[in-house]
Amino acid sequence: MTYSYPDKDGHFGPFGGIYMAETLIPAVEELRDQYLRFRDDPEFKAEFEYELKHYVGRPSPVYHAKRLSEQLGGAQIYLKREDLNHTGAHKINNAIGQALLAKRMGKKRVIAETGAGMHGVATATVAARFGMECVVYMGAEDVQRQAPNVFRMKLLGATVVPVESGSKTLKDACNEAIRDWVTNVESTFYIFGTAAGPHPYPMLVRDFQCVIGNEAKVQMHEMIGRQPDAVLAAVGGGSNAIGMFHPYIEVPNVQLIGVEAGGHGIASGSHAAPLTANAKVGVLHGNKVYLMQDENGQIIETHSISAGLDYPGVGPEHCLLKDIGRAQYVAINDDEAIAAFDALCRYEGIIPALESSHALAHAIKIAPGMGKDKVLLVNLSGRGDKDMNTVAKIKGITL
Amino acid sequence: MSRIDTVFAKLQQQKRKALIPFITAGDPSQQLTVPLMHALVQAGADVIELGVPFSDPMADGPTIQRASERALANGMSLRGVLGMVAEFRKQDTATPVVLMGYGNPIEAMGWETFAQRCAEVGVDGALTVDFPPEESHEAFEHLQRHNIAPIFLLAPTTNEARIAQVAKLARGYVYYVSLKGVTGAGNLDLSAIEQKMPQLRKHIKLPIGVGFGIRDAATAKAVSALCDGVVVGSRIVQEVEKSGAQDVAANVGKLVKELRQAIDQ
Repeated sequence: MTYSYPDKDGHFGPFGGIYMAETLIPAVEELRDQYLRFRDDPEFKAEFEYELKHYVGRPSPVYHAKRLSEQLGGAQIYLKREDLNHTGAHKINNAIGQALLAKRMGKKRVIAETGAGMHGVATATVAARFGMECVVYMGAEDVQRQAPNVFRMKLLGATVVPVESGSKTLKDACNEAIRDWVTNVESTFYIFGTAAGPHPYPMLVRDFQCVIGNEAKVQMHEMIGRQPDAVLAAVGGGSNAIGMFHPYIEVPNVQLIGVEAGGHGIASGSHAAPLTANAKVGVLHGNKVYLMQDENGQIIETHSISAGLDYPGVGPEHCLLKDIGRAQYVAINDDEAIAAFDALCRYEGIIPALESSHALAHAIKIAPGMGKDKVLLVNLSGRGDKDMNTVAKIKGITL
Repeated sequence: MSRIDTVFAKLQQQKRKALIPFITAGDPSQQLTVPLMHALVQAGADVIELGVPFSDPMADGPTIQRASERALANGMSLRGVLGMVAEFRKQDTATPVVLMGYGNPIEAMGWETFAQRCAEVGVDGALTVDFPPEESHEAFEHLQRHNIAPIFLLAPTTNEARIAQVAKLARGYVYYVSLKGVTGAGNLDLSAIEQKMPQLRKHIKLPIGVGFGIRDAATAKAVSALCDGVVVGSRIVQEVEKSGAQDVAANVGKLVKELRQAIDQ
């Protein structure tokens, strides 16, 4: 089979598209045209690669979590260490790529939405690096639970705007960023943080994040002489997961497992797992995707311990991968994510982000039932320094 | 001839401009929406844009965002909005009603069911903010089957090729978004509208209504001189917001009368 998505109109099968108000359509079309022009431009590619190597610190290593694997007594767990990137997560890969596009398009002002704050920090970082004005929209609730990242963004010179509307989380930050963009469309580049939104964002974010899976393929071959039996990644909007999965789509015998936020459990209804919970297809933030909504088509409030996964939709390519059966999607509850977080701290000396802890938790769940010769590669998408307040609160500790 | 076409033909004959007020269905309460619609007509409205509230109104400013939140808190749904139009039609069979909102509530209902129900209850047009022509093939097919006019938006950023594309699909009237921004924004630029109009007229043979940022009688009059009708939303919703249940119809009626007089002068 040949897997080639999206089509020229930005559709991944029945998903994706450009569901935006008219004022922004010319802007997304311009972005698409500029991206297609620069995507294969050797100078653009060279500059992107230079920044990834010298500024981000790539390639990020793959690490064999031996003590954790021994403890589990089954499959060997390997970690793709995106947490070691500059700014502490995979988000910087995409932020650099989009900032380089913004520079070529002559945009002096960038905006972003952020949930956990990692994409906001990455955007604030590249804005400082390239001398651009930066405004980051963040749900008021997330401003509270991710206070250290708010301070980081401000140190980097960004303006952080708390969003008080709706559920005061990531989706509302997205709404507000879109409102800013429609108002300042000529001067402003919207650095979108995940592989969702109107075409071309799901494609270009994926392309910039594919460095994760491309490196992993080389590294796994070097380390064990073969590819893993399964790769696992957390899925909110799904950018770290698609960056890891996409290069593996046409590699046979590698299972792709996306791990959504199960919150208090799928049955409770209090979660952020549209794929696992078989949510209906809907339209939000520029694309048609599986979307958590009520019977009247209103978007419902989600819950996750992890702000970065607390989103009612998911990128269109994950919807397609689910439908065609190439990837499986499962959910991990808040308490399981916390247990995985603790395990990685204690057995490996690595403090993972709560988002990444979801992917790790599923690996911990399935590894014992697999042979010791099996290999699971987990995308450790970010580090957990930002989550100290959240974790302390859960453990009843005041910092 | 459809109700929308009839109204615009008559206005053209009288050399008058259309006044198209917008209210959000279910704001301030479900009970008051139909009386409010009648009050709009009595005060001089030619077409009513009835907002279908959505949880994530990305193209709206704070005023209409709050109206949507109030309406949803009052239990408003697309099904309920259609019921209101049926109620309105018991007394008024002449004034066109256009439903305005976002696509997802319609996606959830299904476009065929939606279009059929629109025809049954007497809805004349549907404007889905986040469905550009590129994504409207399915919607268009169902709306057309039931003679519901798809109302499209054009914007200051829309290029000529897209204007021509919309001209082919649009029915009823075309809604020109006067400014780069959200509803209720304060950066209305009359000369920019004036400059854009010839390019729009070259392709669009339907009436052109202009909205976003029209905040009083003076701006309504100035904008109406440039096009075929003015859409006033946030300013009216503000009046709804600050009125009590007792006086909301009277206050909104007074405001719409002022707008009517200014446009007709």
